[in-house]
Amino acid sequence: MLETIKEFASEFFVTGDPLILGAQVSIGLAMVAIVFILTFFKKWRWLWTEWLTTVDHKKIGIMYIICAILMLFRGGVDALLMRVQLAAPELEFLNAEHYNAIFTTHGVIMILFMAMPLMFGLFNIIVPLQLGARDVAFPFLNSFSFWMFFAGAMLFNVSFVIGGSPDAGWLSYPPLSEISGSPGVGQDFYIWGIQISGMGSLATGINFVVTILKMRAPGMKLMKMPMFSWSTLASSITIMFAFPILTVTLFLLFLDRYLGAHFFTVDGGGNPMMYLNLIWMWGHPEVYIVVLPAFGIFSEVVAAFSKKRIFGYKSMVFALMSISFFSFFTWAHHFFTMGSGANVNAFFAVTTMIIAIPTGVKVFNWLFTMYRGKLSFPTPMMWTVAFIPCFVIGGMTGVLLSVAPADFQFHNSYFLIAHFHQVLIGGVVFGYFAGLYYWWPKMFGFKLHEGLGKWAFWLWNIGFYVCFMPQYALGLMGMTRRFNEYNFDMGWQPLNVVSTVGGFIMGLAFLFQVWQIAHSIRFLKKDTSGDNWGQGRTLEWSIPSPAPFYNFARIPHVVDQDDWWEKKERHARGEADPAEVIAADTAPLEPIHMPKNSGIPIIMSGFWFVAGFGFVWDWKWMIILGLVGVVVTMLARSFNYDDDYYVSVEEIERIEAAALKGAK
Amino acid sequence: MRPVFRKLSVLLIVAMILVLSGCSDQYLVLDPKGPIASAQKDLILISSLICLIIAVPVIAMTAVIVWRYRERPNSKAKYKPYWEHSTKLEAIWWGIPIVAIAILAVITVDYTHKLEPSVAIESEQKPIEIQVTSLDWKWLFTYPDEEIATINYVKFPVDTPVVFKLTSDMAMNSFWIPSLGGQLYAMSGMAMTLNLLADEEGVYYGSGANFTGKDFAQMTFNADVTTKEEYDRWVQEVKTTEVALTDAGVDELKEPGTAEVAQFSSFPENLFYNIMTQYVEEGETGAHAHHMTSEASKPDDQAVDEDSSEHHNH
Ligand code: HEM
Ligand SMILES: [Cu+2]
Ligand SMILES: [Cu+2]
Repeated sequence: MLETIKEFASEFFVTGDPLILGAQVSIGLAMVAIVFILTFFKKWRWLWTEWLTTVDHKKIGIMYIICAILMLFRGGVDALLMRVQLAAPELEFLNAEHYNAIFTTHGVIMILFMAMPLMFGLFNIIVPLQLGARDVAFPFLNSFSFWMFFAGAMLFNVSFVIGGSPDAGWLSYPPLSEISGSPGVGQDFYIWGIQISGMGSLATGINFVVTILKMRAPGMKLMKMPMFSWSTLASSITIMFAFPILTVTLFLLFLDRYLGAHFFTVDGGGNPMMYLNLIWMWGHPEVYIVVLPAFGIFSEVVAAFSKKRIFGYKSMVFALMSISFFSFFTWAHHFFTMGSGANVNAFFAVTTMIIAIPTGVKVFNWLFTMYRGKLSFPTPMMWTVAFIPCFVIGGMTGVLLSVAPADFQFHNSYFLIAHFHQVLIGGVVFGYFAGLYYWWPKMFGFKLHEGLGKWAFWLWNIGFYVCFMPQYALGLMGMTRRFNEYNFDMGWQPLNVVSTVGGFIMGLAFLFQVWQIAHSIRFLKKDTSGDNWGQGRTLEWSIPSPAPFYNFARIPHVVDQDDWWEKKERHARGEADPAEVIAADTAPLEPIHMPKNSGIPIIMSGFWFVAGFGFVWDWKWMIILGLVGVVVTMLARSFNYDDDYYVSVEEIERIEAAALKGAK
Repeated sequence: MRPVFRKLSVLLIVAMILVLSGCSDQYLVLDPKGPIASAQKDLILISSLICLIIAVPVIAMTAVIVWRYRERPNSKAKYKPYWEHSTKLEAIWWGIPIVAIAILAVITVDYTHKLEPSVAIESEQKPIEIQVTSLDWKWLFTYPDEEIATINYVKFPVDTPVVFKLTSDMAMNSFWIPSLGGQLYAMSGMAMTLNLLADEEGVYYGSGANFTGKDFAQMTFNADVTTKEEYDRWVQEVKTTEVALTDAGVDELKEPGTAEVAQFSSFPENLFYNIMTQYVEEGETGAHAHHMTSEASKPDDQAVDEDSSEHHNH
């Protein structure tokens, strides 16, 4: 008996590695500490009613962002471990198995569990406010999406201590990712972690498309909509078309592994190349899904701190939409070297280059938004400005990679690694940082400490170039990605050491940001007035910070692009608002219809977690338990008619008066 | 305000110099030793140049605009908060990238056909075929004409076209000798063709570029390019002094694990072909099997025919 238990435990838990043991101990301690603090301060009830069951898009957004920052930490630690190994392979800091697991989890976590939730967080917090809406189109679904993301992310992360991490790369090509190549459970954690969070992502995409098309304030024609909302629309439409492909692909891989189907194995007549096609039909649009919202953020920030309208609004919209369209026709540039023949390669090379055109146009438009403006440089603007040269270089190396015959020399080398980190960090991460700094006061009613923020900014930027520029050179020297060691004769070590130093500078920069947040929370200067930067142009700045849970006491009437800024200008010039605006502003308050909190999303996602865990270990009882739970909670939801309520006029008046007082 | 861009562009220039000073022999890709790699190098330089023609002015413009229009007391720069459209300007910057990309696209399409890896290289010398098999985690090279085999080491004569036939026993790999030309995937169940030629003697670094699992980083090899005489002498020497690769030896090689450099005086008949088709059951035509026509299914070592086993056109 004891023996069987021991045997089971040694298979179930990952044992024997001091690094992992350390992590297990600290995860355990952290959990005990959290439970203790919540119990000690009697906060369980508060946590449940205020956060875990909330359907308020702003709180859901904040939860997304907290998770994303934790995942940035986890992915970042992975990155630094890899960089240490590569700077000094002779130390054998990480053995091959460990290294492979780490680059796999690093890639998955950064893209799916860091960039995606950070993006969803910003969508959630800002888009309804920019549209002048009270919530997203489907608030309950929104909460469900968040918890599905959370369940998937946790399932994926659990593999680190239970069962073992996946190690077949972030897109896990078969046959390596099939049972024959990866017999352990790591790959199953990969499939189910992504699958479950993927359902949430798809739902979020649909939710925001509907929200943007249906919930705009009266008067806000599509061509008056703020750029960030436009980019959200472009990104969400892309999600709607791309994520189903991912779901199907991973499901087929699951059938291969679980039922011995042969979709992607040569034995039995399958075709591994089919997997490459499918996964990249999702994978390429995915990179645009995460970068388009960053473009939206830059457009907002650049206009605000140039004190000027965005230049070439129509071009910008057209560029966003054409990027999202063309992103579906470039996937094969990820495997020019698979031998598809000259015509196929030429076609995909050209479609890839075409995307560079609208992207280039956007850069020009940002530049000419600044031209003849009056530029100030608080942290959001600094990130935006730093993004431009970084993205220009990243875009340029991307064009180089799209030259198919040249890509035969770049593919799978460090040149590629440098390129995609440049667009992902310089574009996505810098972009979302700009967004976080910009909208932080909107979320919490206080700004982040600017001095510490500037330190973080400079360290991130310097660290970035020190880390990734040498990698272009390493690629040209023939260094291949996913190597955990290399021969000293190749002369790769000096540049790898430089690169690692750069990595640690970025790590330090992250610590500055943590310090910045902690410091700002402790010494916060509340500024609930609403237009915290004094430069707000769009509707989110017209209401108090943080926004009351119903957002707008009265739904505004929009007459202009940059409506809030125009309104301020009119008042400064002593002009009156147009009649419809006055009517909307002075209409009597009415009770507001709001959705009720619900525990069902978190419970249902919990059951999905259980089912996913059951699939990973092939424990039938657990699969059944999980799926039955899912169905029962779904039924519970459909028979629950008591899911809304009204906020009374007195309550609204009280809250608005308090906000006004806070603003003084 | 600190001039963000000056610092960034200094860094940039330093990085560029770092890369471009790469005429040193460590930059394998920029130091080609054969016609394929040197055409690829030209292409890399041409496309970089086209990109730089746009990128450098944009970065310079960024720096100038940020500097000139920064907010400061009694700034002389114009401020026009409503200036948001100019057909002329927008036409210019839709136009410039369109022209640049069009030029690059034409060049790319042209080179894509010229450098298609399955196209034979013209030469007076008779080409030699080398079969390459990616095993977990070692490279097996078999010479169908010479009937010798090597592990993690390959040798061929200078100025002679080499037709590499690539396959894999399990995971998908990518065969890459940067000094001679770009990589090509090695996949199970099929044979891909990579034509290369070395026009200078030397020992060139080669590796597997696509991740294949645990000890993938050990899958590096040397490609030793010698004179024709030296090559012939070496073949004879291997034939006479080395042991044969037996079926049992092959089974051992197929086991996951790394291997030292080795040479064999002979190898089991149809080895490459058998590894390639091992999963395709008799009479079955899977999606992947369509690469092999009936001709190729005749167990004949040379039958890994170009048109039949190749990957193009599907
Ligand atoms: C913050 C600094 C970062 C550092 C130092 C870093 C470092 C690395 C390293 C060393 C690798 C492995 C390269 C290899 O051996 O193949 C890697 C791979 C990767 N990184 Fe990062 N990274 C960073 C941030 C990011 C971010 C922000 C993202 C995405 C948003 C990202 C996405 C990826 C992906 C997708 C891979 C490929 C994983 C694979 O090969 O399967 N990284 N990174
Ligand atoms: Cu792509
Ligand atoms: Cu094929």
